[in-house]
Amino acid sequence: MRVSGSTQVAAPVDHVWSVVSDPGRALSYMSGVTRWEVEGEQRTGLGARYRVLFRIGAAEVGGLIEVVEWDEGRELAWTSVLGIDQRGRWRVRELSGGRSQVELRMAYGVAGAGLFGWLAERVAAPTMSAHLRRSLRALKRLIEHEQLRERAAARRAARTA
Amino acid sequence: MTGTGLASAASRNGHRDSEVADPRGGASGSLVGRLARAVASQVQQRIPRADLDERDPDYIREKLPLMWLAASIYFRGEVRGLGNIPESGPVLLVGNHSGGNLTPDTTIFTLAFSTFFGVERRFYQLAHNLVLAMPTLGALRKFGTVAASPENARRALETGAALLVYPGGDHEVHRPSWERNRVDFAGRKGFIRLALEQDVPIVPVASIGGQETALFLTRGEQLAQLLRVDRLFRLKVLPISLALPWGINVGDMLGHIPLPAKITIETLPAINLRKEFGPDPEVQEVYDHVIRLMQDTVDALAAERRFPVLG
Repeated sequence: MRVSGSTQVAAPVDHVWSVVSDPGRALSYMSGVTRWEVEGEQRTGLGARYRVLFRIGAAEVGGLIEVVEWDEGRELAWTSVLGIDQRGRWRVRELSGGRSQVELRMAYGVAGAGLFGWLAERVAAPTMSAHLRRSLRALKRLIEHEQLRERAAARRAARTA
Repeated sequence: MTGTGLASAASRNGHRDSEVADPRGGASGSLVGRLARAVASQVQQRIPRADLDERDPDYIREKLPLMWLAASIYFRGEVRGLGNIPESGPVLLVGNHSGGNLTPDTTIFTLAFSTFFGVERRFYQLAHNLVLAMPTLGALRKFGTVAASPENARRALETGAALLVYPGGDHEVHRPSWERNRVDFAGRKGFIRLALEQDVPIVPVASIGGQETALFLTRGEQLAQLLRVDRLFRLKVLPISLALPWGINVGDMLGHIPLPAKITIETLPAINLRKEFGPDPEVQEVYDHVIRLMQDTVDALAAERRFPVLG
């Protein structure tokens, strides 16, 4: 089952990328996520691994994921190594006026689980979609508030200079 | 699934076969007595030898969606505090048991454990012999369910696995519904001796809601003695309940359709016995401590519930 969503953020691509590519910040905006921990020495980049859990229904579902695509400043994708089957992708694109387009896609399921697997994917879909939408909204708010704070700090600095 | 105390030994798996042929089983000469012993013998033969290798991570993984659907939609399950379980290594998970012969708390906890740590982490559960002997429940062995015995428990922990035990076993799981929020291990302390012997932490797992899946009336201990099922099948109880679809349900041998009671489970911080109780802990003191922690937690979970069944 695949869910996706996108939003526009009033911030340059670099800022957006610095947030979505930082595993230490995932818990601050990813809705439903209870764990996003670095596994191993590598924090970011191709091959980085994270232990990720989402609370969906009665269980915290997820597993070990690995970053399998890394296009600096533009795109990163992951796929599951252990746990339920899942893939995810962040796409960040530059818009005019210093704005950015951010897209989050997630696909999940349990291969070989038959009819109940099919059914569970569909039952979980509204929850997953809601998490995804909330995550994008939270990401947008987080980054835009950081932009506001940066601009306010710059104004204060200009006044005192 | 009905768990059982470690004190009660399995018949096969290196344990007493003699109970089946116990000449003191009464009515030895009567037709009823011979018939009962024949049935008991058949049941005992069905009990598989414990083989930890029967646990099948791929099978569990493929069943997770079904378990998730049942746990999330039917029982509105909620499992808290799984982060309290050590990330690796052997650990003894000690739960209170509810729900008669169909125990939703076990299913929901197995789902939660398997999704939280991954099906790759070895996880076994001890269950009563008769549960494993039931024809339709043989698949439980693929989930890592093995007959309850001290030997099986030791072997599971020696592999570095997490092991879930229900010391209260059949005594607790068939308690009357008006005792639904009571943790009752019936004084069984084998789990503490096991944890000390294997030097593994105990993680209490408190649950609530299972005893609202039917109206459990009595354990029927005297009935069990009268009909001698205690000697023949190692069953200390012959419970009577009001349950779907039977109405009056004696023995619960065919199971029942559980009411969709909300199940909440809370996993408590690990207890490292020698660290907390000294190099030679007193078993009774540890037992009282575990019971107190679990009862406090069940009381808190009960306070959250506004309605029976609905939660």
